[in-house]
Amino acid sequence: MDLFLQQLLTGLANGAIYACLALAVVMIYQAIDHFNFAQGEMAMFSTYICWAMIAGGVPYWIAFFATIVVSFIGGLAIERIIFKPLHNAPVLSHIVVFIGLVAIFNSFAGAIWDHNIKTFPSPFPEGSFGGLIGLHEVGMFFVTLLLLFAIFCFFRFTRVGMAMQAAAANPDSAGLVGIRVGWMLALGWGLAAAIGAVAGMMIAPIVFLEPNMMLGILLYGFAAAIVGGISSPGGAVAGGFLVGIIENMAGTYIPAIGSELKLTVALILIVTVLLFKPNGLFGKTIVTRV
Amino acid sequence: MNTGRKLAITFAAVATMGMAATSALADKMYGPGVTDDSIKLGNTMPYSGPAAAYGQIGKSTAAYFDKINKENGGVNGRKIEFISLDDGYSPPKTKEQVRKLVEQDEVLLIFESLGTPTNSAIHNYMNKKKIPQLFVATGATKWGDPENFPWTMGWQPSYQTEGALFGAYIMENVKDPKVAILYQNDDYGKDYVHGLKEYLGDKADSVIVAEESYEVTDPTINSQMIKLKDSGANVFFNVTTPKFAAQAIKKFRELNWDAVFLNNSVSNSVGSVYKPAGLDNSKGIISLMYYMDITDPGNFETEGYKKWSKFMDEYYPDGDKTSAFTAYGYLVGQTMEQVLKQAGDNLTRENIMKEAANLDLELDMMLPGIKIQTGPNDFFPIEAMMPVEFNGEKFNSLGKVVSVN
Repeated sequence: MDLFLQQLLTGLANGAIYACLALAVVMIYQAIDHFNFAQGEMAMFSTYICWAMIAGGVPYWIAFFATIVVSFIGGLAIERIIFKPLHNAPVLSHIVVFIGLVAIFNSFAGAIWDHNIKTFPSPFPEGSFGGLIGLHEVGMFFVTLLLLFAIFCFFRFTRVGMAMQAAAANPDSAGLVGIRVGWMLALGWGLAAAIGAVAGMMIAPIVFLEPNMMLGILLYGFAAAIVGGISSPGGAVAGGFLVGIIENMAGTYIPAIGSELKLTVALILIVTVLLFKPNGLFGKTIVTRV
Repeated sequence: MNTGRKLAITFAAVATMGMAATSALADKMYGPGVTDDSIKLGNTMPYSGPAAAYGQIGKSTAAYFDKINKENGGVNGRKIEFISLDDGYSPPKTKEQVRKLVEQDEVLLIFESLGTPTNSAIHNYMNKKKIPQLFVATGATKWGDPENFPWTMGWQPSYQTEGALFGAYIMENVKDPKVAILYQNDDYGKDYVHGLKEYLGDKADSVIVAEESYEVTDPTINSQMIKLKDSGANVFFNVTTPKFAAQAIKKFRELNWDAVFLNNSVSNSVGSVYKPAGLDNSKGIISLMYYMDITDPGNFETEGYKKWSKFMDEYYPDGDKTSAFTAYGYLVGQTMEQVLKQAGDNLTRENIMKEAANLDLELDMMLPGIKIQTGPNDFFPIEAMMPVEFNGEKFNSLGKVVSVN
């Protein structure tokens, strides 16, 4: 029973990691209608910026918010400088650029801050609830929910949020009603980068900061976003927790899977959901009028 | 008639001179890259790219050869020309650079090339061409296989050897041992587990109570740690790379697991593992070492350290005197020097291999009781190590060397 409870909570804690990054994935998908393969590396780079500020003597919370702002501007700049000229290029060109960005961010982080692992501070107190789950994990759980709430409000109650959805769903009509579609895309990039930065700063205290920190996590983040529904922030968070728990339970109680096939479980989840419920468990079916 | 006699004499003279020349060559036998006053040695290192930190090994070896060239005039009167090229830790690049070293520069041998994937890429090439690939800087077990690869030899204790040495430590020091293992799911992790199991023999099934693996893409190893603790083990054997080792140490303390923590040498580093994991958390971890900890002030007064420190100041002043890599390069350089010394004037590739497999060498920076020993069927130079315990600042020797022999 003890083992079960521990694995359940560890699954939840891992799920919080996936959910956090899945939110950034959903955010960018809402804006540009693609997955951004460089999302993880951008988040890692933002985390390094925060780490460098803290190492330079800046207090945690100032560094935290400054990093969010810097990341927002960075994301905006990436769209304006790199993707705007590619606006009418085929999807494959975009994917090539995404992969290029992965390599660029990864190599630069390694070149600037070397490849040794770094300790990243947590804003939450140290310790754990009876050895079952760390306080940082609990804190992260709530940060994820808070982030989700903010995103929900942004899309539901603000004009900009709604304009952004319109620009992504139907760029032509959105343009006709006076929405500046190009800037909406840029805004989407900025927000995704900012959310990614929060995810990175929450994840780093658990997995340690290094250039390859997000390599595996992004895969799980994609799994979470797809399982929950790529169009739904709430679904992505639920998907994250589901993936975390299923992965741990399967690894613990199904001997054929064990620790060796844990990653495979995530991939099977992606394929299964795409086959039977392509919009995810919580996603809306989007009908396009022709 | 006269002309005929003259010719005959000339022929006889030429023949005699020829014989004289042959007998002179019998004293001095040279392979490619060797002359009366120089020997060319080749090497590849990651001086750029993700593994660039290891480049210090090559730089300190180069500095060591500068030292013996300057102070002793080389080895047996021949200066050493050490050609070390950058391969960026990329196997195809290693192949290209080694081809260049062998076919253009015509080196006598390749030694201390760094990395398992990189050396694997040239493993067949070297053995087909019958060129020594000596003292490769990697811990894989496959370098000690004289039957199938008679031209390749490792240097540091292999992962499998270390696994076996941990087995020896457990059986000698832990009462009623129950071992739980966390290992990386690849050749490196499996080599360690294999070594431990082979040492334990029939007892392996009863002594090892749990094994968990992880993939390098796994975000955390928390789930595995919980399962391992649940097995009731009183020894935790950690076979992970630095990031996962730091995670394992943190989780080990968080779970309040009361067990002996054994850590593999791959992540036995204060700077890149114990500090990030927390020095307090890392107290009491036991690992194995074979050469002295150069950051421990307790060693500063030893003869070996003083000599090394002087060498660093004079020949490699930019080098990091707190990095174990610089001591490593110095020690491998000394081993190579010994092989060349023993080979004397018979510097063929065959004889180099013969002498490399005929070493019985003590180096002053090695821990007491640990020697470099090889034989025609023993291509594992270092097969004994010293158990040490980390006390939150430095490593304390536990006194008795463990050995598989």
